[in-house]
Amino acid sequence: MAAEAYGLLAEFGSPEALLKAAREARGAGYRRLDAFTPFPVEGLSLALRLARPGVSWIGLIGGFAGAAVALLMQVYVNYDYPLDVGGRPVYAISAFAVVTFELTILFSALSMIAAMLWQNGLPRLNHPVFAGRRFHLASKDRYFLCVQSDDQAFDPQQTAAFLRRSGALSVELIPP
Amino acid sequence: MTDRSADVLPVNQSLGGVTEQLAGIPLHFPARRRWLATMVFACALLLLLMVSIAALFTRGVGIWGINIPVNWAFAIHNYVWWLGIGHAGTLISAFLLLTGSEWRNSLNRFAETMTLFAVICAGIYPVLHLGRPWYLYWMFPYPATMGVWPQFRSPLEWDIWAVLTYLTVSLAFWYTGLIPDLAAARDRARSRGWQIFFGITALGWRGSAAHWSRWSQAYRLTAGLAVPLVVSVHSEVSLLFAAGQIPGWHSTIFPPYFVLGAAFSGFAVVSIIAIALRFWFGLENLVTDEHLDLLGKVLLATGLMTAYGYVFEVFDALYSGGPHEIQTLIDRIAGAYAWTYWGALVFNFIPLQALWWRRVRRCGSALLLISASVVVGMWLERYMILVTSLYRDFLVSSWGEFTPTFWDWSTYFGTIGLFLVPFLLAIRFIPMISIFETKELLHEEQEERHGG
Repeated sequence: MAAEAYGLLAEFGSPEALLKAAREARGAGYRRLDAFTPFPVEGLSLALRLARPGVSWIGLIGGFAGAAVALLMQVYVNYDYPLDVGGRPVYAISAFAVVTFELTILFSALSMIAAMLWQNGLPRLNHPVFAGRRFHLASKDRYFLCVQSDDQAFDPQQTAAFLRRSGALSVELIPP
Repeated sequence: MTDRSADVLPVNQSLGGVTEQLAGIPLHFPARRRWLATMVFACALLLLLMVSIAALFTRGVGIWGINIPVNWAFAIHNYVWWLGIGHAGTLISAFLLLTGSEWRNSLNRFAETMTLFAVICAGIYPVLHLGRPWYLYWMFPYPATMGVWPQFRSPLEWDIWAVLTYLTVSLAFWYTGLIPDLAAARDRARSRGWQIFFGITALGWRGSAAHWSRWSQAYRLTAGLAVPLVVSVHSEVSLLFAAGQIPGWHSTIFPPYFVLGAAFSGFAVVSIIAIALRFWFGLENLVTDEHLDLLGKVLLATGLMTAYGYVFEVFDALYSGGPHEIQTLIDRIAGAYAWTYWGALVFNFIPLQALWWRRVRRCGSALLLISASVVVGMWLERYMILVTSLYRDFLVSSWGEFTPTFWDWSTYFGTIGLFLVPFLLAIRFIPMISIFETKELLHEEQEERHGG
């Protein structure tokens, strides 16, 4: 059964209808759910019980790494080639502050964006859901709920009927 | 700023219609002739820049009007001016995102695009001013056979790190915000070329809930980092001045004065672009009079804060009692370059006062003229800060004068081409108003209307 399809894609006309259907699907025991929306819908990750994203931790680590790299670099180059300018301190933390701050921001921002793309599995050339006939509307004004076929409770006929009962405008079987 | 009592966007439009309208601008480009005419003009300016740079590289910085007392002039002046303009893009897009001012959703994309290209225009100036630009790589820490390293205690070195970081983070932030819209344009594209272009640039975005939640976190946190970055970059620019010994550059107001002046000139340029784009592409339904009203208010507020900087600078010179500081103040008000001081005051703050009236703020052409006046005023301000301080420093024997030459002007006008050409290309090829953020706001407003 599982090899025959990627899942069932149900179309909804509003974020509220999608949220309601997602809650009902969770209630009916479906676990392998995903939703596709044209803009971030508030409460959707809660309704689908998605894990909290961990991008912020990577940003924090990136920030510390940037600060460390910047400070070590500046201390090292001044150690390797000390330049005495009128007896001013060679290891001048106040003068190192600007570059340290900039690299903290740079490493933190880039690591978060890279982590976001990496965890999302992007860039990616194709994905089964793109085979959906009406899926191009997911970037326009339709909201899709997908029940994946590797769900324990998945059954092509019964799940499709369930999705129609939750108010789907259309239900489509997505090939793997 | 979080006042949500009034609708910013008219609620009687559909989400689908907005998508088609905005994705349709690159896909079925309207206003081809106007675009082409502007592009020809912009290319001519860019060509002027190329010629100026070729002349500069073959003959040296002596072709500019700089000399020994005034060794910083147009190069650093325009650098500060362009960088300042760039800052408003980040502020509008990052700061207003964090404060929840959703009216920014119609403005952030082109404001960020403006930032990118303004920073590039700014960034080339210190390189041109190097004198021996082929030694640019000496600014980077690499294991040189000579055994030397860059001087990290020098503001010039801070500058390259600050500008390159700012450019990289702005680019990353801009692209992250663009991905969902590239996907929307990909799904609307009918011709093969556009499908491939948007298909590759959208990175396979499909709007999955898990993706959106990670994306939102990364986007908001990057915005949170971009705001202090803007403040640090322009404060660092003011430190370039403060680290010099010249009178008139040591007021403690300098970092905030520079940052606010930057925001002031940048918001003026954002207003100009907003009014031009909405006129070009008939976007009155998305860039509404309400937006112009809010832009006018921000312009007025940042303008008044900049005016405070002027007042405090005078106070600082008088309070310090330093004879050279006071001499510089008198030079500014009544010296050979007094026209820059009074010009800056008049262009920056006199037409600005009209923005106290709501009717003026909501009128596109009035706001356009006031913004243009601010851009000129801020240009004069940067000229004034540089030249009036430098042309008469401590020793009478080293006093001199600065007159911009043809090459000064041609390089400056050339950078306007360097800004316009990529900006026009961006308008042509990518959605210039954020599609998904507009829909998010529109949906919220429609829900509120139904709920109320």
